[in-house]
Amino acid sequence: MGRTPQEVRFSGPCRAAPKSDTNAPVSKHYSALALARHALDPDMPWPKAWESPEPKSSYDVVIVGGGGHGLATAYYLAKNHGITNVAVIEKSYIGSGNVGRNTTLIRSNYMIGGNTAFFEHSLKLWEGLSHDLNFNCMVSQRGQIVLAVNPVQMDVFARRGNIMRLNGIDAELLDAGEVRKLLPYLDWSKDARWPICGAIMQPRAGTVRHDAVAWGYARAASALGVHIIENCEVTGFVINDGKVSGVETSRGRINAGKVGIAVAGHTSHVAKMAGLKLPVESHILQAFVTEPIKPIVDNVISWGAELFYLSQSDKGGLVFGGHIDGFNTYTQRGQFNRIQTVAECAVSLMPFISRLRMLRHWGGIQDMTPDGSPFISRTPVRNLYLNGGWCYQGFKATPASGWTYSHTIAHDQEHELVRDFALDRFEKGRELDEFGLGNWTYKQ
Amino acid sequence: MMLPCPHCGDRDVSEFRYGGDASKQRPQHGTGDLQTWHDYFFLFENPKGPHTEYWQHVLGCRRWFKLARNTATNEIGEVVS
Amino acid sequence: MSAFRRLPQGGRIDRAKPVSARFDGKGLPGFTGDTLASALLANDKLLIGRSFKYHRPRGLVAAGIEEPNALFTIGEGARTEPNVAATMAELTDGLVAKSQNAWPSPDFDLMAVNSLLSPLFQSGFYYKTFMGPSKGSWMFYEPFIRKAAGLGKATDLPDPDRYDMRFAFCDVLVIGSGPAGLAAALTAGRSGARVVLAEQDSDFGGSLLSGNDAEQEAWRVVCVDELNSLSNVEVFTRTTVQGLYDGNLAVLVENRSRLHPDASKGQPRMVLTQLRARTIVMATGAIERPLVFSNNDRPGVMLASALRSYANRFAVVPDKRAVIVTNNDTAYQSALDLAAAGVAVTVADHRTNVSADILARAGAKGIAIFPGSGIFDVEGSKGVKRVKLGGAHAVTIECDAVGMAGGWSPAVHLSSHGGIKPKYDEAVAGFVPGGFPVSHFGAGAIMGAFGLSAAIAEGANAGASAAAFAGFGKTRPVYAPEHATDRTYAILPSWSSPQDAKGKAFVDFQSDVTIKDVKIAHQEGYRSVEHLKRYTTLGMGTDQGKTSNINALALMAEYRGITIPEAGTTTFRPPYAPLTMGAIAGRTVGAHFRPVRRSPLNDWHVKNGATFIDAGLWKRAWYYAWAGHSPETAYVKEMELVRNGVGMADVSTLGKIDIQGPDSAEFLNRVYVNGFAKLPVGKVRYGVMLNDDGLVLDDGTTARISENQFYMTTTTAQAGEVMSWLEYLLQCHWTDLNVQVASLTDEWAGMAVSGPKAREALQLAFPDADLSDAALPYMGCRDISFDGVTLRLLRMSFSGELAYEVHVAADHAISLWEHILKAAAPTGIKPYGLEALASLRIEKGHVAGLELDHRNTLDDLGLGKMAGKDKDYVGKALRFREDCQRPERWSLVGLELMEPDKKLRGGAILFAATDEIKGHGRGYITSVTWSTELNKFIALGLFDGGLKHEGDEIIAAFPLKNEQARLKIVSPHFIDKEGARLHA
Repeated sequence: MGRTPQEVRFSGPCRAAPKSDTNAPVSKHYSALALARHALDPDMPWPKAWESPEPKSSYDVVIVGGGGHGLATAYYLAKNHGITNVAVIEKSYIGSGNVGRNTTLIRSNYMIGGNTAFFEHSLKLWEGLSHDLNFNCMVSQRGQIVLAVNPVQMDVFARRGNIMRLNGIDAELLDAGEVRKLLPYLDWSKDARWPICGAIMQPRAGTVRHDAVAWGYARAASALGVHIIENCEVTGFVINDGKVSGVETSRGRINAGKVGIAVAGHTSHVAKMAGLKLPVESHILQAFVTEPIKPIVDNVISWGAELFYLSQSDKGGLVFGGHIDGFNTYTQRGQFNRIQTVAECAVSLMPFISRLRMLRHWGGIQDMTPDGSPFISRTPVRNLYLNGGWCYQGFKATPASGWTYSHTIAHDQEHELVRDFALDRFEKGRELDEFGLGNWTYKQ
Repeated sequence: MMLPCPHCGDRDVSEFRYGGDASKQRPQHGTGDLQTWHDYFFLFENPKGPHTEYWQHVLGCRRWFKLARNTATNEIGEVVS
Repeated sequence: MSAFRRLPQGGRIDRAKPVSARFDGKGLPGFTGDTLASALLANDKLLIGRSFKYHRPRGLVAAGIEEPNALFTIGEGARTEPNVAATMAELTDGLVAKSQNAWPSPDFDLMAVNSLLSPLFQSGFYYKTFMGPSKGSWMFYEPFIRKAAGLGKATDLPDPDRYDMRFAFCDVLVIGSGPAGLAAALTAGRSGARVVLAEQDSDFGGSLLSGNDAEQEAWRVVCVDELNSLSNVEVFTRTTVQGLYDGNLAVLVENRSRLHPDASKGQPRMVLTQLRARTIVMATGAIERPLVFSNNDRPGVMLASALRSYANRFAVVPDKRAVIVTNNDTAYQSALDLAAAGVAVTVADHRTNVSADILARAGAKGIAIFPGSGIFDVEGSKGVKRVKLGGAHAVTIECDAVGMAGGWSPAVHLSSHGGIKPKYDEAVAGFVPGGFPVSHFGAGAIMGAFGLSAAIAEGANAGASAAAFAGFGKTRPVYAPEHATDRTYAILPSWSSPQDAKGKAFVDFQSDVTIKDVKIAHQEGYRSVEHLKRYTTLGMGTDQGKTSNINALALMAEYRGITIPEAGTTTFRPPYAPLTMGAIAGRTVGAHFRPVRRSPLNDWHVKNGATFIDAGLWKRAWYYAWAGHSPETAYVKEMELVRNGVGMADVSTLGKIDIQGPDSAEFLNRVYVNGFAKLPVGKVRYGVMLNDDGLVLDDGTTARISENQFYMTTTTAQAGEVMSWLEYLLQCHWTDLNVQVASLTDEWAGMAVSGPKAREALQLAFPDADLSDAALPYMGCRDISFDGVTLRLLRMSFSGELAYEVHVAADHAISLWEHILKAAAPTGIKPYGLEALASLRIEKGHVAGLELDHRNTLDDLGLGKMAGKDKDYVGKALRFREDCQRPERWSLVGLELMEPDKKLRGGAILFAATDEIKGHGRGYITSVTWSTELNKFIALGLFDGGLKHEGDEIIAAFPLKNEQARLKIVSPHFIDKEGARLHA
């Protein structure tokens, strides 16, 4: 094998790309055995995780947006509804949006009627996702502990936990002593600004390797025949007589029987191309990671004093976040004052963090709706569907979003789990306000 | 980001509260039907680009003002009123 | 046999000041001026760690912030700090460092067995396995993966050190103090502009610190001296500019660890500066790249520039021979300096054409040069034994160290924090800033100007331009030293050396990413630079890919058959280097995490045995020692006091707003749903306001003090919101109304005197005031003067008893409070706290925070009748949305516990008696209390259909505690439905 040292050249033109011989045996199915076979035969190539075909002139369904929700929708269109003539059109690379920018939390601790069943369905799908996709998304059900800082908050948490239990969802109420046993590193000193007085825990909540979700859905969808088209920007919709029949893209027109939008963060200006004005503003949410350290935080921790949530990634970094910056922007650049706010939360809640170092911070643009809840819905344009407005909860919703949105598109009728995610709910006075924060429109 | 409070001058964004799209016309008090108020209160242009918006210097002089800002770049423009 | 040794003289170390640190339990001697890295090398400690994934032996690669391998845990106990780059840790007495990621030691690491399994651990392997046998199997594997991952071990003890934060302003910020930075700072400084020069290293000079040229050193010293002499210039060492944010906000972090700061004396370990700079000069330099060849991670294989730094700055050199492999001219500076220090040097140059000048100069120093050659393989396991060259000269050379010179990557990180992507420059063979905002300037190596005189000229120019932009036009430029010559670069990029040898060729040392991993990523379609990074974890380590990114993306571009600019680059995100969390949080932690708000009566409460409870930012008196020492029983005694005698509560936390102006009545009439236009002077009215969406925003009372003056109270929780809301309406929309609002929340105190003996108590306190029902009827108000102080008396009641609120300027609060208690002592008056206050209001059926949660309509709270039918008010239009008028909405009810042996709890879910206990129920309990009047638990709640079900027996379920209880729906007004007590 190889050349001798004398035959080697160290400069000159580019060397050829590595061979990917399509006739060679490849392991389409991922397993420990396949890994071992590749380890023994280093020349055996892995197949591409997803194909990158040239776009066809027409598809039954075009999904605009190759993020977690778009790819999941395409996968379930093919898998659940037998609709495989589908293209997912992504302006950049797949997973370039919020699916790769969030803090990777999954949970189903929702208490409002329109939410509980949807998010529990999502958690159930998460639980089987790696198997379903044959792609290890590292679904880690390490439990989420939400810390309460006063007795009134304990009552509010209790209401949430009771609703969860009444809907077959796991929830535990912990008193301060029980929390201290689990999380001895929190600030239990007299210095704590708001002493921790208890918590509610969902043992089945946890984290998922976020990028793997995009890649896993893409690979599984591609295997079912879905076309994944990257670096292709949708520039307009073809609409006649109130009915959509295709999209204009940077790579030409693509006809479509139905079109689904799933472009969280940019929902307003994509929808505007179809003449829609939405109850959505785009806001930046920042996220943070420390350098990797050995395991120290074994659960997902959230705090009732201020919006703050933290977990430790399998790689070892503490991943955490807080509130949106508080004004609309598309820049993906956060303001430093918010970074301070979040660091103050981290150090005040877990004083050992003070000595750790932040490795990176970044921002994602998320759709904020007046009541904090999303849309999965038909639109006033026939055959055009909308999925957006996810606020803080897009990532954990990914599987159920794909599941119900694909149903909504396939049947031209909202799935029963998303009836309350309707676009017209503000006209009807049916706000879906999970946290009782009110319509934030003026106060943000 | 520094915002130009018309009363106090340039101050850090952390001193301000955002008040949303200022190009929307609030219906006159006592007028406007449900649809008008719905559209005013709940719908947003949400442009990627020039935007006029309300801010309050809430940790300062408490002045509300209208500011031009580009949402694609965060470039600060003029105080409109 | 040693591989590195310390020279008997030379270097910037202070041999008169020896220093002793400890490394892995043993003494580590060195000198002041050493870093932990240079001391390790001087003590011939080559193998200092194990790699992340394969546990391969690793040594130092760099001498600066880009170091990927030499990460240690520094400090002990609560001061443990993991993952510190040895190159950035100054050697000080008492420094304790430990190696990481190896067991039992880096020399003999049992985890090295991973290396044998390495074919399994290729990029992305974990996505392909650990899935079976069942759905939840990952939970079995994860603990093993987690333990294997991570770098150092953190302490879970609280950090005992202190961190400070400050704000600053300047005209010109110069980042980096290499030749370009020094020239920029001094040129700008000479203009009179306020200049800040920030340098991450322990001394100024950048690359000059690694040189050995006396004239250049003299130039450096002169520049630094002059900078120090200018009063308008501030210079900082050990200060990293970590990020640039909108509005030219630079975040600087100064590390003072070496001073062993004493927190108890207020000395900070780090100081974070938020510096607002009018202009910024980026003179951040460039970082040398490794070359990618077989076994390029052997301990002893370093950057060529690092070998030069260690030789010149720290007087540490390879013992006998070094081989330098290069694709450009700059390596020869390292070769010449090593030769001058007495090291035998061989250069393998990828280029076949090496300039005659270089050949001559190197030849004169006895340096052997092999053009057209590179490194085929490196032999030796825990150090370098020999290298096999390949290409034109396939020879084997015994040596102690290898220097890699793969070209220079400009440090463009900060320049792209603002959103301008870097652009690829062919001549530099690297990315340079893609542009600057008008107030930013670049100079020196960041711009690809690698020569000394060019860097100085650019620096002087940038300094002058920046000063001029900031309004300081006149300056005198700094000139380069007379004999400075510009080294040539002449790079011939060579991104990968051929993979014919069997050893691993590393692209990213810290993340253990090899050339093969990049190939696999390509094969599997993870081809965009972001996919490559995320799939292989390349560039995700603590060094953030400072040495690896360009090589990796160039390789991917090669595989894809596209150019590097077409492949693009990943986004650089702040911070530039790992940034201590404590430094970001500063002093805003622990007890100072958020400000504490205290009532003007706070000191009295403290002195008189109050137990406090947090209510938002407020500390409120919860219950008093006179009533007991347990919240469960004390509040009951306090309630009994109010129901049977008289008590006094501190209500100063309520929002208090002064409203003045001729249109005040009209204004209030608009914001409240009920009428205020005709409120007589001397009267108080309860009011409710809605948001524009028609849902309840807040409730409170407003008194008419005079024709054009009103006094509003809001709930404690919504005080700030309501104030902003009123200002918003007045300043943004109703500009035709002549009304001014001012918050008096902090300026005034309020005390509620409640109970059947309330009038008697106040009459004793204010004997001259006419407090008769005729003079001050229910919902009346009057200002009186007492002892020269104006008091505002408002006859209103939250408890349902005969009650008054007395409001007074905060300065007089305690004396007034004490006066009332003293004068009214014959009535038995005592203070009562928040728990009793909140319980009394439940008995009376007043809604509060838990009912006013932004989800409810007026009708839900039983307040629908208050809204004026013929008047306009905020929220009126949207109040009548379809669903808001649905008759079966969850509405306010009173609830009585039917089973005396059970307990009622807030957060219980309500069901009809015949319902199956599952789903979302028909409502929930908002607030619970023991009723002293009814001698049972009572509650407020929201129930489907509300009081239409009055008298029904229902069920409260609390599955979290496996409890269920039977309740009866009753009117929320548990006591005195007719209001006789209020009017007494």
